[in-house]
Amino acid sequence: MAEVVRFHFDVDGNNFTMAGQASVEVKKSLRQLGISPETIRRVSVAMYEGEINMVIHAGGGTADVLVYENFIEIILADEGPGISNLELAMQEGFSTAPDNVRSLGFGAGMGLPNMKRYTDSMDIETALGKGTKITMRVNF
Amino acid sequence: MKLNEIKEILAAEVVCGDGLLGREVTSAFACDMMSDVLAFAKADSVLLTGLVNPQTIRTALMLDMQAVVFVRAKKLTEEVIALAKESGIAVLSTDYRMFETCGKLYAKGLKGSGEIDG
Repeated sequence: MAEVVRFHFDVDGNNFTMAGQASVEVKKSLRQLGISPETIRRVSVAMYEGEINMVIHAGGGTADVLVYENFIEIILADEGPGISNLELAMQEGFSTAPDNVRSLGFGAGMGLPNMKRYTDSMDIETALGKGTKITMRVNF
Repeated sequence: MKLNEIKEILAAEVVCGDGLLGREVTSAFACDMMSDVLAFAKADSVLLTGLVNPQTIRTALMLDMQAVVFVRAKKLTEEVIALAKESGIAVLSTDYRMFETCGKLYAKGLKGSGEIDG
């Protein structure tokens, strides 16, 4: 299954003002490829939540979006602290985000649940002190 | 409901997107917590919020929302306005507070995101 197009972004962990901009760019690029609006919406929301997470928790990271014939894969990788309890992190409402993030409209404990909700599959590899890699797929 | 109508009902100022006011929205979502907006808001809707930052605009853009109405007479930074212009999202500002804003629009027939299909 050869990938058709790949987009790569470095996500700056020190600039909350710019957080989410990579997702904005991906949205534009997917529109140009003629992908359906509903598919783009699902990819954008899932990636946006993940991108914000990397800025809040992991000091940034990388985002890769791979467009295949029948699905889009989003790979978010960081070298942050890792997720200590994945089961808890997947529960709606559970959050370890600092208070200043709440004043920015995030940190409600909806990030990972939203990413799962908008994608067809989500795989999380995480190691404490080493980082986290999340691979999501949206079929179309 | 057309954005023009929303502007009239809320006596709102058009911050940007004058040319977009003929657009129709099918529902509204009112919230200051962007993660909840991402979880529940529908496409082709309007976001009612008091949270002013670039993430508000990006959140609306990700969800294919048509417009953002800032309540409580919030002042917007140039950065937020520039991002909205670039994103093709209409931005309105009203003096009404959140409850009043929601009540006025709901009374005129605008539905909530949980009341429509899709």
